[in-house]
Amino acid sequence: MDHMSPVEKGLRGIALSAVVLFFMFPIFWIVLMSLQTNETILRSPPSMVFEPTFRNYIAIVTGKLDSNVASMDITFMRNLWNSILLSAGSVAVALLLGVPAAYAFARHKFRGSEEVAFTLLSFRFAPPLLVLLPLSLYFQQIGLANTYIGLIWVYQLICLPLILWIVRGYFEDISPDLEHAYRIAGHSWLSTFRRIALPLAGPGIAAAGLLAFIFAWNNFIFALVLASADKQPVTVGALAFVTASGIQYGQIAAAIVLSIAPTLALALYAQRYLVEGLSLGAVKG
Amino acid sequence: MPELRIENLTKRFKNETVLDGVSFTVAEGETTILFGPSGAGKTVLLRCIAGAVDPEEGRITIGGNDISDVPPEHRGIGMAFQNFALFPHMTAFDNIASPLTARRWSREKIQEGVEQVAKLLKIGHVLSHPPRALSNGQKQRTALARALAASPEILLLDDPLRNVDAKLRFEMRLELPRLLADQGATVIYVTQDYKEAMALGDRIAVLSGGRIAQIGTPEDIYRRPASVEIARHFGDPTINLLDVVPEKDGGGVFTRLSDQRVPLDSGLEAAVGRDCVLGLRPEALRFSDSPDGIPVEIEAETPFNEKTVTLVVTARKREILISRPAGTAAPGSGTARIEVDATDALLFDRATQERIAPQHRGGGKSEAAA
Repeated sequence: MDHMSPVEKGLRGIALSAVVLFFMFPIFWIVLMSLQTNETILRSPPSMVFEPTFRNYIAIVTGKLDSNVASMDITFMRNLWNSILLSAGSVAVALLLGVPAAYAFARHKFRGSEEVAFTLLSFRFAPPLLVLLPLSLYFQQIGLANTYIGLIWVYQLICLPLILWIVRGYFEDISPDLEHAYRIAGHSWLSTFRRIALPLAGPGIAAAGLLAFIFAWNNFIFALVLASADKQPVTVGALAFVTASGIQYGQIAAAIVLSIAPTLALALYAQRYLVEGLSLGAVKG
Repeated sequence: MPELRIENLTKRFKNETVLDGVSFTVAEGETTILFGPSGAGKTVLLRCIAGAVDPEEGRITIGGNDISDVPPEHRGIGMAFQNFALFPHMTAFDNIASPLTARRWSREKIQEGVEQVAKLLKIGHVLSHPPRALSNGQKQRTALARALAASPEILLLDDPLRNVDAKLRFEMRLELPRLLADQGATVIYVTQDYKEAMALGDRIAVLSGGRIAQIGTPEDIYRRPASVEIARHFGDPTINLLDVVPEKDGGGVFTRLSDQRVPLDSGLEAAVGRDCVLGLRPEALRFSDSPDGIPVEIEAETPFNEKTVTLVVTARKREILISRPAGTAAPGSGTARIEVDATDALLFDRATQERIAPQHRGGGKSEAAA
């Protein structure tokens, strides 16, 4: 890396730009779409020259969708709020349950610990539809259908294994000697967990929490089946734009931009936690 | 300061027995060195005492109290780890202060305590640094300061000089005895370096294969090692080991090297006719002009600062190392004769590899290996 010729540098730059362009183009295009009317979006050939309009955003924020035939109410802002509530709630619960569990799996090799950990991970393998049918029946019986609590509970299928397995790895990377040293110094088990294990696994916990948040945010099928309109997140809410009179591309684009904004902002903010190394040079080898 | 007693301690990991019935006592205020090759179980033993590892069997008592069920934080032990185990997210100050905050000292007392021990270890100027900004020597001192900060009654030092450079190791080897004596603590000090063991210990416990192979004063271990293995570990250059069969005639017990008599201690009569290993310390050999000396061929000479080591071979191609203080005259090449000091010769049984202690009529087994 230190000895790159100008040609190599140039090629590297081109390759990196190509990759960035490839992955960023859909986002760039959707931002453009969100600023256009349906007519300019659908013209052929497509063009990047148009008169930007904020009508789509205004429609979404005010909740009044005007199509050329009729006017209808949409609850997109409500969906957005639901998404935030469901994702944040599930991640909070998953962190509360998953971080201590991850610590237990990392530090205490008890009989069957690997099996239990793997079973938790295997929840991620099963197709969601497999569990959804029985779940929706149960939920109706015990009154959890169409409640935030029920949804947050089901979202643990997404968040908990993720947090458990990522954070477990971070805990395993912490030298047990650090914890022994703190306990021998005279601190209790609990204070060792809080003062040594948690801060040192901090970047990992932040990364796992962020990933879990994004997965929860992007979930579609659980909420589609288990919740009615007033509890549905943006992923399901976006379906409302497919109307009888046509698909409202402009509004869909604006809705997508609004719905990816929180996760994007979160990812940018948490970047330093994701990059920050765990090894801070206190333990050799 | 209490006495630390370890009784019949056994620890297994899966099917591997790491400690196998280890028993010994460290008298109050005494420093005992735990010496042994890697994998001998030294660190595991230390962790059992500290409470980081639970033994399967056996008892550990401090001042007569069984601490088997006492959690590590209530054992009142200070420990320095081989890998330092400094908390990476805290400054050196907070690292050293951690035993004091656990004891709920006031802020002023903590400040005072940390500064005092930091001054003692000459790290007062780096207290605000995190561990990653410290040099290896400073890390090592910080770890030591943390272990000493609360003036624990029992101090466990797990090879604290292993990861520091040679110069610092030498300095610390000089400093540590005074430091430990000032603390007055009962100390167990783990090392793989025989010089460290000889320099720092009131007593040395040699651990081998999970058992105590020998325990005694540094003098005991060096002069009267219990086995070939221990003799080999203590001493630089390594002890010369030669297969011999002792004989006896009117002049006493002796053995032959290149057909020359090497007299042995008269108490070694029991070894006559048995297959033995003769242990000769390189510094117990010297060049000689006497016609009774053993004829050897000089192969190579290696000068060190304080001594010169010569490799010679006997007529039967057995290699022998001879060490002499630097500056003393000696033949540089060709043939020469060497002389053995009988009192320094050690005899081991070739089958059991154990030392055969001289039996004297009056003293009985007074100096048998412990």
